[in-house]
Order: sequence, then structure tokens, then C-alpha cells
Amino acid sequence: MCLAIPVKVVELLEAEQALVDVGGVRKEVDVSLVDGLEVGDFVILHVGFAINRLDEDEAQRTLSMLREMGVEPGAAA
Amino acid sequence: MKYVDEFRDGKVARTLAGTIADEVRPDRRYHLMEFCGGHTHAISRYGLRDLLPPGIRFIHGPGCPVCVLPIGRIDSAIELARDHGVILCSYGDTMRVPASGRTSLLRAKAEGADIRMVYSSADALKIARENPDREVVFFAIGFETTTPPTAVALRQARAEGLQNFSVFANHVLTPSAIQNILESPEVRELGTVPLDGFIGPSHVSTIIGSQPYEFFAEEFQKPVVIAGFEPLDVLQSVLMLVRQLNDGRAEVENQFSRAVTREGNLKAQGLVAEVFELRDRFEWRGLGEVPYSALRIRETFRDFDAEVRFDLPYRSVPDHKACECGAILRGVKQPQDCKVFGTVCTPDNPLGSCMVSAEGACAAHYTYGQFTKDSAVAEAS
Amino acid sequence: MSENPKPVKRGYIRPLDLKHGKIELSHGGGGRAMSQLIDELFQPAFDNPYLRQANDQALLTRPDGRIVMATDSHVVSPLFFPGGDIGSLAVHGTLNDVATSGARPLWLSAGFILEEGFPLADLKRIVDSMAAAARAAGVPVVTGDTKVVERGKGDGVFINTTGVGVVPEGIEISGDRARPGDRILVSGFLGDHGVAIMSLRENLSFSTTIESDSAALHELIAAMVEAAPETHCLRDPTRGGLASTLNEIARQAGVGMIIREDDIPVREEVDAACELLGLDPLYVANEGKVVAICPPESADALLAAMRSHPLGATPRSSAK
Repeated sequence: MCLAIPVKVVELLEAEQALVDVGGVRKEVDVSLVDGLEVGDFVILHVGFAINRLDEDEAQRTLSMLREMGVEPGAAA
Repeated sequence: MKYVDEFRDGKVARTLAGTIADEVRPDRRYHLMEFCGGHTHAISRYGLRDLLPPGIRFIHGPGCPVCVLPIGRIDSAIELARDHGVILCSYGDTMRVPASGRTSLLRAKAEGADIRMVYSSADALKIARENPDREVVFFAIGFETTTPPTAVALRQARAEGLQNFSVFANHVLTPSAIQNILESPEVRELGTVPLDGFIGPSHVSTIIGSQPYEFFAEEFQKPVVIAGFEPLDVLQSVLMLVRQLNDGRAEVENQFSRAVTREGNLKAQGLVAEVFELRDRFEWRGLGEVPYSALRIRETFRDFDAEVRFDLPYRSVPDHKACECGAILRGVKQPQDCKVFGTVCTPDNPLGSCMVSAEGACAAHYTYGQFTKDSAVAEAS
Repeated sequence: MSENPKPVKRGYIRPLDLKHGKIELSHGGGGRAMSQLIDELFQPAFDNPYLRQANDQALLTRPDGRIVMATDSHVVSPLFFPGGDIGSLAVHGTLNDVATSGARPLWLSAGFILEEGFPLADLKRIVDSMAAAARAAGVPVVTGDTKVVERGKGDGVFINTTGVGVVPEGIEISGDRARPGDRILVSGFLGDHGVAIMSLRENLSFSTTIESDSAALHELIAAMVEAAPETHCLRDPTRGGLASTLNEIARQAGVGMIIREDDIPVREEVDAACELLGLDPLYVANEGKVVAICPPESADALLAAMRSHPLGATPRSSAK
């Protein structure tokens, strides 16, 4: 039920719908819960609705932090 | 898949686990409750327990909306389909939850009730539009992530003047559940459930923001880290919790910063407030009656409230005698402690809700937890 | 006496309306309507010497070797999907069941249960597809049956196919032969069929470029068995996917198995579709893939044989 996945907006449609893409799969979803969306934005998709934007800068920041983190397991602290 | 695959990188996971192993203090354990069923699933599916040092203990929380739905509410849904002849639209997971009398939505469907699986509240609206001569009821469940989609559907139904659409609302609230756990005797007084910190839910928090958790950190002095959905998110959050506990801090930190802000999605919150209001109390499987923990449809949308449109008396039904879902949802027991786990109760033949949903603790343990690094592997001769 | 007797005037029988006609109960009644259906639809499509005998059975010559028989009933919905239809699926499915014993398929039968009201145009499309699949595979449909059920009592059409084949000497392929140390091989991308089907189902609408992988595997399997006759198990991972198939074999043989996620080929779109639907690609159906379990020393030869066949172009090998 918590099932949610980041998807990319590829086309804005009428009636507060949008066409989104994840890994080459496209689906029409409701975007009425997120204002000011543009083509190319990423959103979190849950039960057919975009529930929030995904901030790409923050995502990259988190990824960089993750990759820099840590020592090899077992090495002295 | 962008922003998914990168957060499942095995090499980074192992180095992260190494850091955690270096920083855990050997003289203590870290009891971390992962509230959200999605995290329970991720921990089991990606074998995080095997990666982490033994001092890290995960306690499963009640964050699985299918799991906490009491039998009585499912009985009402079946009654709607069977006795009132409605087209009942339900999310997939709810279909197999055992209800009274050895039945379930799926079994009722097999016996002729018009019960249809939908992926979205929008699908239920579509069915209502396509069947103007039938009553269509949407069986709405879920935490704060799933409530806004129901609110949108209700507003749309009203805007279109749909006469044959209504919602059977069972939306529940995360902070109330967390409070209930923290105030429970096992946690507060007896100490039978040692609880050091929380791995906060990912997608609920995109809606409600990180702000609501500040109360718990403050009042109960337990750190909360809001964690993303993927294994690297969970691991990073564990590290952040370990560091907070080592430092003696009790703050709310946001690991899922790419989708969660302090205030959350204000538009979604506004829509929900327009359509729903608090119930005085609501029964949760495992937790009993919890005050101010669930939502019902407001007066202004009462036309679309299935509980008003149809006469649906509520009967509280206890769980199956052997079922330990209640204790498991409160974090008091682990799935393996249940006598029927994996024997009589399996995903194919579930006795309780924790074994049905993909996010249920029992289902997660059964599907992914059977084979761990401690299991014997016979070498090929 | 007349030397040229006048020909008997026959009543005019209107041919089947294959464009707009519908199946009626009489088409299953064993009488003139059913004969017409056979003469104008089934027989021309499947045409072969056995069917031309027009008997209720096919007279076959016993082949040398051990005989294998397999049967499959097909109830897939929707009937038509990207990459195939219930007809080609019915042919491929049974051919594959026969072939995974190591046998060479020889003959097929086809039984139809049609729903009253089913469009003849759709039936023709399905039958032509079956006939094409059978012809491409070099395996004739030698006998068949047709029944019609009342409207509402069938899902359009149900098809049963049964196949008979012969196993060459020295080939012992069976689920219980898997042994510790064996390698597990898979002939290509997993999950295509299940996702192609689900993309059409009601309530789940998304457009992918995924097609069903439905295919006849007997020639690929023949090449595999020739290259590695000591192969222990072959199975096609249909309903329930790779995971269910491996679990079945594990139970039959009393062994455990380890597979590595990185070794399992899944298309990005199939992965994404499964993620969207909350499915595990390991449990999604395939209709044109084969799983092989062989002793470690045969793995290289088996892999090479698979790779050199168009249906095995992206096979993967995994550990024990």
C-alpha cells in the first residue's frame, strides 16, 4: 500500500492529468495534488496520483553523501 | 529506473553497513521501530538484517493500513457487496484479508458479489460513471499518503453530481498510532518493548511533512529519522539514528529530503481537511480503540458517505484465536513467535492480516526471511 | 434410359459469414452447422492429410522411442495481446510442454469450447494464428473437437491442445534430476508475457513496448539437448514465473538453489512495470523461455548452443 515510485512527467494533459514515464513505461496519472508541474519534473506516484515533487538537487546531494560515506567493513574506525 | 536503482546499490550498502558496524557501541543495543510496512518489506527483501551488526534490532510497527484494518470493517465491506448489491471497488491487498466466518472479499467475489480490484480511486469513479444504474462504493483505506487521492475522488464526484458513488472511509493517522505505541504499557512502564528510536515513514511524510514528529521526539525523548523507501535510505537512516542515540540526542531528522519538507504537501493537506474530519475513536487491529486516530467524511460531503447512505451496523470481531497479529503490530512479538506462523498461516492461506499484505511483517518474514546467512549451505561435492 | 442423368439439384447452403457472423449453439450440435464450421473454417486453416480423412480420430504410426504426451487448456484474457493471441499461445504452450522432456513434438490436437455469440471473425483470426504457429513449428493439428456453450457460460473461447512427441534414446530429462553443483541457465528476458497481458487488462492502462514472448521452443531445445545430452532438467517458466518453476524443481529433486539477481535478465520496462504494479519479475509468466539445469561441465556447451539460436540470444547462466 505504501507502494510509491518516482516517475518523470513527459506530458501535461487536461483535467489535471499528466503522462509520466518510469523506465520506459508510460501511464496517465492525476496531478491535482501538486501545483506548477512542468515537463521533465519528477514526482512520487502513489495509487495513480502524484503526491509530491521529487527534488532532483536533493536527490543528487543524498546520493553523493551516500557514496562518500563509510569505510570498508572491518577496517579500524 | 531513475532515483530508484541508485538507492539500491549493493556496494554502497555494504560500506554503509560497515560504517554502522564501526559506530555501534558494543555495550548496548539499538531498538529501532520501523513504523511503515514498506520499510518492513524493504528490510526483509534486501536482507538488511544480515548486513547490519547484531546490536541493531528492528521492531515492526503498525504502519500497514491493510494489517490494522479490523475484521469488523471488512465484514461491513463484504456486506455492502453481498447484501446491498453494490459494486465494491477495493485496493488489491485488502481483497485477501480474512474476515468473519472464514470469508474475505476475494471469497465473496467468487461466490458472486460484485467486488472489483482497482488500482486508484479514479478507477472507482470511472466504474461509477460507466454503471449509472448501479451503486458503486469505494473501499478507501490507508494512511495519510492514500487519503488525498480519496479526497480528490470525493470532490470530483460532487463536481460531476454523481448520484451512484460513495466512499466507505477507513483512513487512519500515523501520529496517533505512534503516540499509542509510545504510551502503551509495554513501552512506557513495563519496558517489555524497549524502543530507542523511530524510522519514520517515507511517503506519509511527503504529505504531512516532518513537523508532526517533533512532538514525539520532544515529549518522549526518542529520535525520529524520516527514511526514504529504498535500502540505502533505510541504512543511512539507521546510521543517523545510531549517531543520535550515541550522542544522546532526540531530534527529528529528514533523510528523505528529496521528497519530504518540514511542512509537507500543503495543497494535499488542505484538500483532505476540506473533505474529512476526525473520528472520536476508531478500532485498530492489535491496538484496540485509539482516540482521534482516523477520519470520517465531513457533513458537507455526507451524500457520498457509504456509512450514511447504507445501513451498516458495526460489529467488533476478535482475531482468530491463534493469530498474534495484534501483538506483532504493537511490536511486542515477532512473526516467528506466533505458533501458526509458516505452518497453518501462510500467504496462500492467511489467518491474519499480517500475512496477507505485502507489507505485513509476517508476509515479509515468510517470503524473504526464511533463508539467512546463518542457514546451512551444503557445498557441492 | 437417360445417358446423362441430370445432376441432383442441391439446396443452396449459404457460406459462413466470417466477417459479421456469430457462433450459435448449432455450431456445436454435431449436425450440419458444425460440419460447415469445420469445412469452412477449421479444416482449410489446419489442412493436412490427417484432417482430410474427416474421421473422429487420427490414425497415427507409432514412432520409435518413448512417447511423451502433454495437455494444456488455455483461458487467457484478453484473447489478443501484443505478440500473440490465445491461438498461438495454445500451440506454443503444448509444444513447449512436450519439448521440455527432450522430446521431438509430432502431433497436436485442438479442442474448442466456444461461447454462443462469439464473433466468427475473431475465431477465424485465432484459428489462422494457430494454424500458422503449427505450420511454422512443423507440427500438424491432426484432430480436434468443437463445443458451444450458452452465452454467459464461457469467456469467448477456451482452447485445449494436447501434444504427442517422442524422446530420443539416452535422454533423461526430469525435474527430480537436479543435483547440488548443477548450473541453472535461462534462455532470455523474463517477465515479458505477463506484463504484455497486464498492460491490456481493465483498470491497468499503460503503454509499453513489451510484447509477449510466446514462441515454440522445440528447435532451440533440440539444439540444446544435442549439445548437452546430460542436461538434467528443462522447464518453461509459465504461470508463476522463474521462481515458481525453480521452487517446483527444488521440491521434486529435494535440493536447494541459489540464483544471483544480477544474472537474471529482465528488460528495464518490465522491471518498471512490475515496480508500478507491485509485482516481482521472478513471479511473472513467460511463454517463450526455457530454464535448463545441467551438470557444471555441460554448462558452457549448453550456453553456446542457446546463444547460437535466435530464441536464446540473450541467455544467462547463474550459480548452483
